[in-house]
Amino acid sequence: MTSSNLDAASLVSMYRQMRLIRRFEERTAELIDAGEIRAHAHLYIGEEAVAVGVSAALNTQDITTSTHRGHGHILAKGGDPMRMFAELMGRKAGYNRGRGGSMHIADLGLGIFGANGIVGAGAPMACGAARMFKNRGEPHVAVPFFGDGAMNQGVLLESLNVAAIWDLPVVFVCENNQYAITSPIAEMSRGSLAERAAAFGLKAETVDGMDAAAVFEAATRLVDRARAGDGASFLECRTYRFEAHNTALRASDLTYRTAAEIERWRERDPLTVLAQRLDAEDGWAQGDQAAVDAEVNAEIEDAIERAGESPRPSADTALDHMYAQTYPGFPAGVSE
Amino acid sequence: MTRELSFVEAMNEALMQEMARDDAVVIFGENIRGQGRGELRGLQDAYGDDRIIDLPISEAAMTGIATGAALAGGRPVVHFQVSSLIFPAFDQLVDQAAKLPLMLGGQAHVAATYMVMGCGASGGRAGQHSDNPYPYLIHAGIKSVMPSTPADAKGLLTTAVREDDPVAVFVPVRLMATKGSVAEEPYAIPLAQGEVKRTGKDVTVVAMGHLVAEALASAEALAADGIDAEIWDPRSLLPLDRAGLAASVAKTGRVVLFDDSHRSCGYAAELSSFIGETCFGDLKAPIKRVTRADVTIPFGQHIEDEVLPDRRRLEQAVHAVMAWS
Repeated sequence: MTSSNLDAASLVSMYRQMRLIRRFEERTAELIDAGEIRAHAHLYIGEEAVAVGVSAALNTQDITTSTHRGHGHILAKGGDPMRMFAELMGRKAGYNRGRGGSMHIADLGLGIFGANGIVGAGAPMACGAARMFKNRGEPHVAVPFFGDGAMNQGVLLESLNVAAIWDLPVVFVCENNQYAITSPIAEMSRGSLAERAAAFGLKAETVDGMDAAAVFEAATRLVDRARAGDGASFLECRTYRFEAHNTALRASDLTYRTAAEIERWRERDPLTVLAQRLDAEDGWAQGDQAAVDAEVNAEIEDAIERAGESPRPSADTALDHMYAQTYPGFPAGVSE
Repeated sequence: MTRELSFVEAMNEALMQEMARDDAVVIFGENIRGQGRGELRGLQDAYGDDRIIDLPISEAAMTGIATGAALAGGRPVVHFQVSSLIFPAFDQLVDQAAKLPLMLGGQAHVAATYMVMGCGASGGRAGQHSDNPYPYLIHAGIKSVMPSTPADAKGLLTTAVREDDPVAVFVPVRLMATKGSVAEEPYAIPLAQGEVKRTGKDVTVVAMGHLVAEALASAEALAADGIDAEIWDPRSLLPLDRAGLAASVAKTGRVVLFDDSHRSCGYAAELSSFIGETCFGDLKAPIKRVTRADVTIPFGQHIEDEVLPDRRRLEQAVHAVMAWS
């Protein structure tokens, strides 16, 4: 899919992906409340256009690194909702065999190097993969996703520099959702984030992160550029998180932002933006949207049901997977 | 065929051979043009700057880049010029490379080698260039080795490169110019395989890194006093050769641990608890530790010497465990 053939079918496909993420997150919150998932999660609701717009410009040999708010990135790149729910539930069928949970879901086979619990930490890994692609003459691209908060993390700034000096096939995607947990970006940084990236020598753009088509078009330009060997770039996507930082903080959400501000952003809900465009440009009848929504809802319910049928890993496997090569008495257990 | 090589020459030979053997091996480092102390000499000429990759002063990114390279099919070696440079990279070592394999549920492993050069104090390098930081990485579950001879340096570095997990190679600063006999052909010394560096029957001295040579010298002095010390070098700190250590303790029944890491939660503390838990019935005397003091290394000569483990205090400790009855 390229910008020249961003036709109705492509737009519907992006809408469907966003709806899948939205529904996945809504049901995740419910499953946490119901105790089916014994952990909290950072929901991607409101930011779907970023993951979907960028991922539509990628193929499975391109790699991504993700954040603590990673469900959307994984689903957008083709992640299986059943294996994701199974991971959230700590089941054997989970992507990480129940060893990772929400913040570490990965699918190496789909080029998803995984979510990460440490802000900015995935960026150098994307650069390392990109360096290998470049060394081997492969046309693949690496895309680290990160938030505005990561723009003040040293390792990310180091990575911007290395990607620039090595002309790496990396597109840094900054999801500027305006808040580093509760700290407004305007109080945590001076100047624009894109200008900061440009100062490292990267091509830098800013795009409306609530408009999946606009994100896709910008990402396609930058990914094509990277694939052609023209170097690294930075895409700031202006977006907004509709929910609290994570499901544990829902009750305290309004300590740092107002209901009116959230409502203003909700008026630009990325699903609504795309649905309206489809309706205006292509006469997408309300019935078509409802049919897609119903299909997605059924897919999610089926994924939850199948995930719940998977067994939990047995206790005697608790030390597994730490090492490729083990030795007598190593790794050590709780007692001799 | 064996020749006399220095520690760093032996490591250089290991890198040359492993890079020839496996195209996936790449080296990331800073100040590559400086060629380390010789361990990186000639590599860029032999293998090019796509495989010997020079970075800005960015230890955290360098380490994360290696992890990403490993996930993408590379077999990276990360060269830290001085031991303390692992600290700016700490998250990428202990929270990323070490944890990813389990968190990924076995989807991938991280075949990275960390060459931690210049470990320990060598006189006047002060607080930030005198660390022996192996307990930090061992605590994080990173496989760790510390050679005491050029031959061990080559064989352990070769193993580190070939192992499919992160392995840190701690290279004692005091040994880097030390020469010894090294076989020319490629060889690997397995992890979890310690070595008796001197056979004895009265007391086991566990020593590692530069302290092995010190312990061997002390053993000769002790022999003059009628004490026959066995010097056991773990070489592989994690995983530990438990059977090898237990066998030595079973033979002697007395143990002195000679370790240049901090006393509290240092490597000797772990060895001591292993021996106490596992070999209690063999012990004829309490275990003694001779370690680095729990302070930052001070700059001036006499105060630096005071806080480091040395032969004088090793020999005192050996006499003390021999006197126990």
